Amino acid sequence: MDFHMDQYMNLFVEEAKEHLQNMNDALLELERDTSNISLIDEIFRIAHTLKGMSGTMGFSNMANLTHEMENVLQGIKNKEVELGEDVIDVIFECFDAVDNSVNLIASTGKESEDKHEELIEKLKSILKKDSIVVDHETDDESIGGFDKYVTNILQEAERRGLNRYNIEVTLSPKCMLKSARAFIVFSTLETMGEIIYSNPSVEDIEDEKFDFYFSVILLSDASDKKIYEELNKISEIDNIVISPIDNMGKEILQEDYSQKIIEKDATQHSSKKDGATKSDIDSRVNNRESKVGKTVRVDIERLDNLMNLVSELIIIKTRMDDLSEVSNKENMAEAIEYLERITTSLHDAVMKVRMVPIERVFNRFPRMVRDLSKELNKEINLEMYGEDTEVDRTVIDEIGDPLIHIIRNSIDHGIETPEDRVAKGKPKKGTIVLKAYPDGNNVVIEVIDDGRGIDSDKIVERAIEKGLITREEGEMLSQDEIHSLLFLPGFSTSKEVSDVSGRGVGLDVVKSKIESINGSVEIDTELDKGTKFIIRIPLTLAIIQALLIKLAHEIYAIPLSSITEITVINKNDIRNIQGQEITLYRGKTIPVVRLNNLMGLEVENDSDECTVVVVRKGEKQAGLLVDSLIGQQEIVIKPLGKYLSNIKYLSGATILGNGNISLILDVNSLI
Amino acid sequence: MPSEMENKYVIFKLDKEYYGIPIANVLSIERIGVPTRIPNAPKYVKGVINLRGEVIPIVDLRCKLGMEEIDLNSSGRIIVVSVNEIVVGLIVDSSSEVLEIDKENIDKPPTDSGNQYIEYINGIGKVSNRLIILLDLIKILEY
Repeated sequence: MDFHMDQYMNLFVEEAKEHLQNMNDALLELERDTSNISLIDEIFRIAHTLKGMSGTMGFSNMANLTHEMENVLQGIKNKEVELGEDVIDVIFECFDAVDNSVNLIASTGKESEDKHEELIEKLKSILKKDSIVVDHETDDESIGGFDKYVTNILQEAERRGLNRYNIEVTLSPKCMLKSARAFIVFSTLETMGEIIYSNPSVEDIEDEKFDFYFSVILLSDASDKKIYEELNKISEIDNIVISPIDNMGKEILQEDYSQKIIEKDATQHSSKKDGATKSDIDSRVNNRESKVGKTVRVDIERLDNLMNLVSELIIIKTRMDDLSEVSNKENMAEAIEYLERITTSLHDAVMKVRMVPIERVFNRFPRMVRDLSKELNKEINLEMYGEDTEVDRTVIDEIGDPLIHIIRNSIDHGIETPEDRVAKGKPKKGTIVLKAYPDGNNVVIEVIDDGRGIDSDKIVERAIEKGLITREEGEMLSQDEIHSLLFLPGFSTSKEVSDVSGRGVGLDVVKSKIESINGSVEIDTELDKGTKFIIRIPLTLAIIQALLIKLAHEIYAIPLSSITEITVINKNDIRNIQGQEITLYRGKTIPVVRLNNLMGLEVENDSDECTVVVVRKGEKQAGLLVDSLIGQQEIVIKPLGKYLSNIKYLSGATILGNGNISLILDVNSLI
Repeated sequence: MPSEMENKYVIFKLDKEYYGIPIANVLSIERIGVPTRIPNAPKYVKGVINLRGEVIPIVDLRCKLGMEEIDLNSSGRIIVVSVNEIVVGLIVDSSSEVLEIDKENIDKPPTDSGNQYIEYINGIGKVSNRLIILLDLIKILEY
């Protein structure tokens, strides 16, 4: 099999960078608050995801490193490893290594040859609780690892009685010509002494291959104060740190040397302030910012269509301007109708621009399945259907990880070894089917394997063992409820930690990720027959068609995509069977939901006729009793926000034409 | 946090007392509109309002702090605050001013274990002769 990985490379780099950014934030936070378990969880999950991603792309060095990181983090989680400063340092080093790999991959498309053996050793020694000699090493590294040549010169300089300084210069981020500015610094310094070392190298500085920071070692008979004053005359420099060093390049830490660090106070202050406000803004726009980097490749035809619609919009605008002068009701109504048609088309067109075929996610799986089945000595055939199903770009990004998790689970736990399969009378080769198809305003993705399935008794046993449920509760559970146990945090049926899956971070992450985009995930499994995951995700996240209904005096919206029919039934047709109200609908009994009661409203409707909105979720249906219908409308979904995220039966809100708010019913939770 | 916002508090009135919340958490102060009720929400959640196209939940501070509820009137205000990505509007009787309260002028809250609302208080600020009750927004917005 030969795949063009280029296409997925961008996706990988984009995602990896985002994950690394999150990890960085979490690590920094963790350093401040080492007791925060949720941060460790977060870092652990990111490491796990990165492992999966890099493994999928065949970057084995990165996958190995993140795997070892995961082990250590797992140790920390289980309180086997104490989270000291040294451990955090090592994790940071690993983070840097991964970050470097990703950057290298981004620029060259290949992984570095570095196997990170040293880091992996360090990680392993943490687990063995061996004390590590990080201190010594980092000290050396901080000064850039001098060779003998430099130390010789430093010794020589001592004999000649010259002062030796390590000078660190940070340029202003606004600086346009960095290398030119650096050159001025160099030439200024050379008037006062001799530069014997620079980090990064002079060549790199000339090529602008540095951020805003560089350091040099200067031999000079001038005092540090003099040097500072000279450097201070140069503009666009944020910070200067001058410190004397010894022969080994180590900073001399003398107590009486009160002026060891002289800082450009004023600029330092302002830069600090800048930093603070920036991080403030960062945290606020974090969500938005992470989306800025995302790109969509758009068929030019779709853009043309968009352009046409916009020009039509402009035409209708002019027409309405004219109309407002000579007011004519009939013409106005016609114009508004026209406008309506354009906005609907415009919405459709914009949606289409944002749509990408799900192929983009699917196509990385063949390689993954191949590699994993080889590794685990299993024979697996991957079948994919409906790759051309289109989904919103933002949704695409979110479903990649959950699918990786699920497919890994299927390969690792689901499909048996060839010998077992033959013994069970199944074909030697296992099959995983990946299927996507549109269903109303949703897209359904199914992952089906014909493996060993999951034993319900084992799930219950395991959940009791993990303390997730009590034995009595376990006996009461229905099949569906048992399956949903698999999605609880901390639940994992695999006893051994393998490279593939089975750390208990899989399915709960899958579920939360899918629910974060308003999707749902179900599992259907039969022992020795196989397992089926059904993921339902919305086609788009922003605008939907909805039916507005009235309950008492309040207006609610029901997504049209989940409505099958609106009908009127007689009060007597509603039967009460063991506390559950049901009615007969097209030869089927469906539960009846009295929305007024659920929403805490008085029942006003006293007539014999009841208006029923029949809704569905997958195969299941239910009838919602409403007071009256208002009509169909296109609504923009607004989230209720984090504060109200636990409110039952609601999935969001929308703003009506008159500025009032109407709440959107969450049909999934009503059935 | 930028230093100029550090010690400043938005002061508002509830019943007879003055309360303060850090200005850094305050997004805006609005007149009270008619909220849309949220079914099955706690009693102190009065609903959601449409604030320039965004849907913002409204919490009645009187109710949250166990005070007698009053009808919304024209001097009432909604203080829109943001804490840990949670954006909520707080209904207060009236909002008066912004005051600077230095750390040394903030006393610890009284330790009266019998009062369940004490946990919402971060400290008592003293400005000339006035006492300002400084609220712990994180605690108040815990669900």
